[in-house]
Amino acid sequence: MASGGGAARLDLETAPRIRRVIDREQVLHVARLARLGLTDAEVETMAGELSGILEHVDRIAALDLDDVEPTSHVVELENVLRADVPHESLPKDVALASAPDPVDGAFRVPSPQAE
Amino acid sequence: MLELTAVEAHEAMAAGELDAGEYAEAWSKAAAGDDLNAYLWRNEDGDGGAIAVDRPSIAPIAVKDIFCTEGVPTTAGSRILDGYRPPYTATAVQRLIEAGAPILGKTNMDEFAMGSSNENSAYGPVLNPWDRTRVPGGSSGGSAAVVGGGLAPWAIGTDTGGSIRQPAALCGIVGLKPTYGAISRYGMIAFASSLDQCGPLTRDVRDAALLLAILQGADPCDSTSVGLRQAPQLPDREDLKGLRFAVPSDLTEHVFDAGVRQVFEATLEKIEALGGELGEVSLPHAEHGISAYYVIAPAEASSNLARYDGVRYGMRAGADGDLIQMYEKTRAEGFGAEVKRRIMLGTYALSSGYYDAYYGQAQKVRTKIAADFRTAFEEFDFVVTPTSPSVAFGLGEKTADPLAMYLNDFFTVPMSLAGIPAISIPAGLSEPEGGGPRLPVGFQIAAPAFAEQGLLDASYALEQAIGFDARPQGVRGG
Amino acid sequence: MAELEAVIGLEIHVQLATRTKMFCGCELSFGDEPNVHTCPVCLAHPGVLPVTNEQAIRYALQIAAALECEVAPRSIFHRKNYFYPDSPKAYQISQYDVPLASNGRLGDVRIHRAHLEEDAAKTIHVGDSGRIHGSSASLVDFNRGGTPLVEIVTEPDLRSAAEAASWARLLRETVRQLGVSDVNMEEGSLRVDGNISVRPAGSEELGTKTELKNMNSFRFLERGIEAELARQRELVEAGGTVAQETLHFNPSDASLTPLRSKEEAHDYRYFPEPDLVSLVPTEEMLREARESLPELPAARIERYRKQMGLAEDTAALLATDPATAAYFEQTAKEAGKGVEPRVVANWVTGELAAALRQDGGDAGAAESKVEPAALAALVAMVQEKKISNSSGKAVLATLVAEGGDPAAIVDREGLAQISDSGELESIVAAAIEANPDAAEQVRAGNRKAIGAIVGFVMKQTKGRADGGEINRLIEAQLDARAG
Ligand SMILES: [Mg+2]
Ligand SMILES: [Zn+2]
Repeated sequence: MASGGGAARLDLETAPRIRRVIDREQVLHVARLARLGLTDAEVETMAGELSGILEHVDRIAALDLDDVEPTSHVVELENVLRADVPHESLPKDVALASAPDPVDGAFRVPSPQAE
Repeated sequence: MLELTAVEAHEAMAAGELDAGEYAEAWSKAAAGDDLNAYLWRNEDGDGGAIAVDRPSIAPIAVKDIFCTEGVPTTAGSRILDGYRPPYTATAVQRLIEAGAPILGKTNMDEFAMGSSNENSAYGPVLNPWDRTRVPGGSSGGSAAVVGGGLAPWAIGTDTGGSIRQPAALCGIVGLKPTYGAISRYGMIAFASSLDQCGPLTRDVRDAALLLAILQGADPCDSTSVGLRQAPQLPDREDLKGLRFAVPSDLTEHVFDAGVRQVFEATLEKIEALGGELGEVSLPHAEHGISAYYVIAPAEASSNLARYDGVRYGMRAGADGDLIQMYEKTRAEGFGAEVKRRIMLGTYALSSGYYDAYYGQAQKVRTKIAADFRTAFEEFDFVVTPTSPSVAFGLGEKTADPLAMYLNDFFTVPMSLAGIPAISIPAGLSEPEGGGPRLPVGFQIAAPAFAEQGLLDASYALEQAIGFDARPQGVRGG
Repeated sequence: MAELEAVIGLEIHVQLATRTKMFCGCELSFGDEPNVHTCPVCLAHPGVLPVTNEQAIRYALQIAAALECEVAPRSIFHRKNYFYPDSPKAYQISQYDVPLASNGRLGDVRIHRAHLEEDAAKTIHVGDSGRIHGSSASLVDFNRGGTPLVEIVTEPDLRSAAEAASWARLLRETVRQLGVSDVNMEEGSLRVDGNISVRPAGSEELGTKTELKNMNSFRFLERGIEAELARQRELVEAGGTVAQETLHFNPSDASLTPLRSKEEAHDYRYFPEPDLVSLVPTEEMLREARESLPELPAARIERYRKQMGLAEDTAALLATDPATAAYFEQTAKEAGKGVEPRVVANWVTGELAAALRQDGGDAGAAESKVEPAALAALVAMVQEKKISNSSGKAVLATLVAEGGDPAAIVDREGLAQISDSGELESIVAAAIEANPDAAEQVRAGNRKAIGAIVGFVMKQTKGRADGGEINRLIEAQLDARAG
């Protein structure tokens, strides 16, 4: 079949022409979804870098794959199941050993919304 | 004694000619001389944590710091896991311990296995044992460097899109990515779950076979593990008669180092000299591997890395703010630039309105790539390519251009997407572009799923014919 | 403006009563101290992997069978990504585009889908106000995290809050009788959320819906939906529009508060869970699920109506609770062919229920001292007019108090119907004699006046005579004298 948007040239003498496919607002939206705090500078760089990568990745968008089944998995297994038999749980102190803020046998976190 | 390969050492121990404890001790001393920043933690560090082996009976091993080890620091090269000591041990490591392999230490790596140069470690880059101004490859750069640099007889790493094969090539050693499902992923810190696979980094092909035999097997803790149909045997094949090797011209036509091309072509000649048949095959979708891979892997990673949220373990920042501020600060301070970039990329690819165009389409490309390989294997036994487009590049050379860095995986990613086994063996030395001392070049051989034995047999025959015995300056062995 | 019609669908989360969690072997428990049932898997430590609990699949298939769902020949798990401390992986393993079961029905309500997923952990907000917004911190307990859940989503087929609550009760009984869940709303093993909208009656279109949460009893479910319907009706009637949001019902003052700000719309970024393989229920699993089904309330109600001729509400009263149903069926069987099931049913739901209430206990028929055989014998005696209706009630009161054999009680208390018509005739004659005024009025056409004479006879016979027979004799004698 036709190779869509062109071959993946390893010749990097000419850097890919950066088209802004992802803007600042989108970067901020995605960062919010990912719970990633980004500095203003990072937002700028990220917009450029992601655009460059996505422009490369966009080559697959041109491929006609309408009738192709997606592969989420190469393993051809099914029904891998576990018997309903209890194992030993972690001792409580071990479960909490790595916790940044253990309180009363529980993991403490800041409240969802500060006053 | 350190000249011995792991298999030779094993045979000597079995014959009573080598004391396993003394042997392990000698390696422990060698590891202590790490001047490549390859170990993040050594079993001798005496920091309270240690991994004990009942009775050493096989060569000691270095373990990529991506494998959880109970009570012993496990960081995956990330600041977010600084100081983290897991409450359990990965199945692969457990198998090594049960086989009697003392653990030398945990090796440095690109943060969460994201990278091809080991420059993405929060704990500093690993240096290439052949040239300390160059990268060892990644993400299993520490594991490749300790074996190539004489700091461990063998090591385990993980390969998602080339993370065992590429650093093995750049460090002049053997690296095997087994069939997806051959080795348990339980306890292996996830990068991209549908692609991650544990595998050996060794001096030679026989060591890889022995290590694979220890590691492989279905694990009730990993629903996607199946193991190999038969435990691998040590290879002893001497020729390649009757075996058919395919060169995927759509991949190899792309420009790469002249030196790499030269070594690749010389190796093809050796295949013919051993009686192997060469042919060309088309893998029309393989060139889109990078595009598909850099959607699928970041997408899965964005989800896999969401658990690092400062709640149950690992670092926490911004505790004085509200919950969301805590999350955002912790992850901002805990993750490095490349990890953030991939989380962003993956989150974007999965987000509402983009899923079909990116993730869905990439999964379809994956289907086509796997089908291309299946077609190729109807006619051929193996598909061969260079492992990496170039020899080891300079530290800092590609850090400013993520895409250029990603293209390092051009030859290794298609096999990962198809889930098939592939090995990189050192095929020769080549002068890097721009000059300098000669550096190792890797040759990649891929086989159908679960055809590891055939892959090892052929690789062994070819390895003997190549006779690669170069070692970095000052490193014994071979 | 046309009348506004309520359109209600329910989303029910059922915790399965497996021994272990959905994807790890930690034991399930309720009320233990925090974080004692956790492991690397359910704490989402780096590198862990889920392994599916087979029993959860079997239980889910039983629910699917009970709800007459189609089971997907192959279904998969997805990851639903969102950050919250109760979700340790920051994604929930759930099912998305291919659920385990779909297109079912329970009673008159269609089931859209039923799928498997894992429960979240428990967060306790600590702070002065005890409310989410005022709290300074939260404590997370992962004991519950990872409990297997079946989420059942109905079509929007319910038309009132009362209907929603009573259907939810039917669902609870159905699931309880499968033995796959404790279905306890207070403990959270059954959680019911409502999707609520209004539309002009007769319209086919759906209005904007709100999601109503935190109704942890059937009473609150009804009150919550009622309150939300009232709010929506008022809004729409005033010309406003309903905003899509999630509301939290506060039972103490029946108030509704928006749960999360929707400033940032949810984007769960679902994708297939790469750590699990697909689920392909085998023929054996499907058969086992079908064969394990007891007769369920909805089917029993149907049978009582169709085969036994019971009225719908009587059928529902008897069929919903399996113990009551068994009691009723045993009694009907003992009563034999001469007594219609409908009569037995009326005794169980009417006289017996009243007598039990009178007795002050809260025992149902099945736990009472009245054996099915005893009730059957009693009903038969009344039916055959061996004792009068009122004697029947008296015997029943004795049975409720001390149990025993109704025939023996009748003997002991001398309650046998006066079957000697000569004896009854002379009592009637005496009664007419003693109530000349009443007799005169009856003759003059005031039939109501007969009551005084009947009352006199009843008193004389201590209720041992049949009311109809007494009336007939009085009229006959008065007519005879007149003629
Ligand atoms: Mg749900
Ligand atoms: Zn657990």
